[in-house]
Amino acid sequence: MLAATGAKSMEDIYCDVPAEALLAKTIDLPPHQGEMEVERAISAMAAKNLNAAEVPSFLGGGAYRHHVPATVDAMIQRGEFLTAYTPYQPEVSQGTLQYLFEFQTQVALITGMEVANASMYDGATSCAEAVAMAGRVSKRKKAIVSGGLHPHYRDATSTISGLHNMDIDLAAANYAGDEDLISLIDNDTACVVVQNPDFFGHIRDLGPLASACHEAGALLIAVVTEIVSLGAITSPGAMGADIVATEGQSIGNALNYGGPTVGLFAVHNKHLRQMPGRVCGQTTDTEGKRGFVLTLSTREQHIRREKATSNICTNSGLCALAFTVHMTLLGETGFARLAGLNHASAVTLADKLSGVAGVEIINETFFNEFTLRLSGPAAAAVEAMAAKGVLGGIPVSRLYPDNPDMENLLLVTATEVTTGDDMDALVTALNEVL
Amino acid sequence: MADTHETITGNRGLQLEESLIFEQSSEGRLGVDLAEPPHVENRLGGLEREGPIGLPDLSEPQTVRHYTRISQNNYGIDSGFYPLGSCTMKHNPRLNEKVARLPGFASLHPLQPVSTTQGALELIDACAHWLKVICGMPAVAMSPAAGAQGELCGMMAIRAALEDRGDVRKRVLVPESAHGTNPATAAACGYAVDTIPANERGRVDFDAFVAKLDTDVAGIMLTNPNTCGLFETDIIKIADAIHDAGGFFYCDGANLNAIMGRVRPGDLGVDCMHINLHKTFSTPHGGGGPGAGPVVLSEALADYAPLPFVTHGEDGFDLVEHKTGKAAKAFGRLKGFHGQMGMFIRSLAFMMSHGGDGIRQASADAVLNANYLLAELKDTLSPSFDGPCMHEALFDDSFLKDTDVSTLDFAKAMIDEGFHPMTMYFPLVVHGALLMEPTESESKETLDQYIDALKGLTAKAKAGDAAYFHDAPRLTPRRRLDETSAARNPILRWRPPVDEAEAAE
Repeated sequence: MLAATGAKSMEDIYCDVPAEALLAKTIDLPPHQGEMEVERAISAMAAKNLNAAEVPSFLGGGAYRHHVPATVDAMIQRGEFLTAYTPYQPEVSQGTLQYLFEFQTQVALITGMEVANASMYDGATSCAEAVAMAGRVSKRKKAIVSGGLHPHYRDATSTISGLHNMDIDLAAANYAGDEDLISLIDNDTACVVVQNPDFFGHIRDLGPLASACHEAGALLIAVVTEIVSLGAITSPGAMGADIVATEGQSIGNALNYGGPTVGLFAVHNKHLRQMPGRVCGQTTDTEGKRGFVLTLSTREQHIRREKATSNICTNSGLCALAFTVHMTLLGETGFARLAGLNHASAVTLADKLSGVAGVEIINETFFNEFTLRLSGPAAAAVEAMAAKGVLGGIPVSRLYPDNPDMENLLLVTATEVTTGDDMDALVTALNEVL
Repeated sequence: MADTHETITGNRGLQLEESLIFEQSSEGRLGVDLAEPPHVENRLGGLEREGPIGLPDLSEPQTVRHYTRISQNNYGIDSGFYPLGSCTMKHNPRLNEKVARLPGFASLHPLQPVSTTQGALELIDACAHWLKVICGMPAVAMSPAAGAQGELCGMMAIRAALEDRGDVRKRVLVPESAHGTNPATAAACGYAVDTIPANERGRVDFDAFVAKLDTDVAGIMLTNPNTCGLFETDIIKIADAIHDAGGFFYCDGANLNAIMGRVRPGDLGVDCMHINLHKTFSTPHGGGGPGAGPVVLSEALADYAPLPFVTHGEDGFDLVEHKTGKAAKAFGRLKGFHGQMGMFIRSLAFMMSHGGDGIRQASADAVLNANYLLAELKDTLSPSFDGPCMHEALFDDSFLKDTDVSTLDFAKAMIDEGFHPMTMYFPLVVHGALLMEPTESESKETLDQYIDALKGLTAKAKAGDAAYFHDAPRLTPRRRLDETSAARNPILRWRPPVDEAEAAE
């Protein structure tokens, strides 16, 4: 092959590289290894972790452990899905395009919105993009961000939407679920960002907030980090949200130490052309058969370049497929049942914890996650429980390290995989460490 | 001909028609094993959902069959040759999938105590080490979710560094051949985009670049090798000039596959560069993601890296999640949690499998494959530039002059021949561009078959059979799709037929 190119050596082919930059020798990294050796080395790293599936685990806070049916992984590992590129050639990409169309429909249905895009990187970036979009729609700059929004979402939104000349007004962290956002809205407000259930687990009626936003000409952005909750509670769309920006990891996707996951993004038709991200649409081919294509790409960077609505190029395709396959297995019946099991599990956990000395439940309302106030610092309690083989929740201080109000707060989650024995182990562990 | 054979079902042998899940629902069917929830006194605060959502009910066998059938309408790297220029469609080893699913990673919660996730932090650190050595750079920000977010990360680090020294600048220089994400990113960071022309050799016009340099230029965003598949011969001079003007050098690392193990971006004067793990390090493209875009950083930018990052603490690895101490100058946070862990595992497996020696070999193989295509096709197609290429070969459409066959038509005919088309109409600096990137994965036999197909099609086009191309593809699950009406009248979700009837009233 080298002879066919007319070159005598690879050095001839690399002739355009400045000589001083061309390495003569192999870089200083270990030599190649076989499949067995690599698997052994990486398995050894995996073995150093305390796997949340093998011990009683009560962590949520934006990443949730659920049962993912075996079918999901079998489907997403099909090479036709796994090894395809973005479906820019629709004639040979109808598989990807059809599931994206199904995904968009599922997302629109569960969020109570009219349309959804083909997914974003994750919930936090979805939220940040929603704020930037609200700026474009309202032509205003001020974004009011709830104190009940996940702290990573607050930070990512400050970092990313700040770039879009948005002024991010972060309301004080609020663990009690009683903040008054309505009084902060004025005629300069582009949007209010609120999470439901919020980071601390509280569920609120977004209706009054939506009305106040709309009266002031602002948009309501509703964030959901636990998408399973929408099987049980009123959708953000039904409560008046203008943009729904959520994390979809709970359906179809493992924890994966937090990534990759899948951001969901849904809006109403009137704002469609300001929506970021890829969108799949239905059309017909030259024979009149129904087919699907990526569409509305005139919003996107590869066409608009510096005038694009966002610099985003990829979506979270395979995670979106996992979401869609799992949601298809669940269906209307299964999704409602899954949500019901989660809520029942959390109610049972709350009942069990209410009798533990030194533990106070903050929440009146919750779905599958709520906040406890312990008699001492939660971080130390969590470390002590971990040493006993119980992952007892998230100390809120990990996310709000400098806030003394948060020091004793512990966020706990129960899902359909949490057993009665797990709950008893948490009760025992808390009794021992407090 | 087989493609005119009508069937009763619309199916054609192994080519199966498949309706949407919403059209296959039968109420009460269930694809999961979930019991009825026990009765509890609910704590939903009176906000229980009312009425159905509208999701379809399918069984497990229906679901498996549905997704299997639609998967067969897709072309992937596993199916055949995918010479999509600029996208690096290389083989995705299944070992990488296997280790990413080890329960010790897959079931690891991101907010577990770091004392219980030492293996995960070790893996991130190991992956970071490989990337730093390959790039010859002292630091790397691992958290960006994809290449475009990596670009954002790099440009934000540049902006933070400039602001930190009280030097607010307004413009970013971007070559006209750049990926669309580059100007979009620069604009997202609040910079005006100033386009640099290419010279007749397909490289940055150095004199034009120097003429634009002043104290208002924050930096240059340059892809190397560039999007024409060419190494930027003046790159060190460009780096020196931008540094002398007080600006920074952002390198788009999309084409790292051509030079890994042979040229270190750090030796070229690069200040920051994103790495598309889904290209160079073979994490699956997955039909459009998820990607991962770690950004290597020079000493000058390292302090501004976003949260979180892994450090070596006294008791093992630590995770810095807040803007204090070492992270006092961090420019913020780009996504939830700690980055695309699943992709770090896959790319580390890829890098360890190849080793330092294999990485060097892979880039040479990728470049040799591209030069083989260029050499074998130079008399048939029209190469855009003289001389050898790097990992991709660029042609323009002058070989189709007077044939009434466009680049698009030609590419669609490639589909009927069993290939995924090359990248078309990109880069923009070449008329009717055809950009082919074979990667190191392909055998000579595959390349020869592809070359034969291109030669045959070119002969057909030159013989005047334009209609053949206008009608292509013929043998796909769908023929050409009407993208204009899709955009003009967007149908972005399924609605029940009754809704459509109501809407029509």
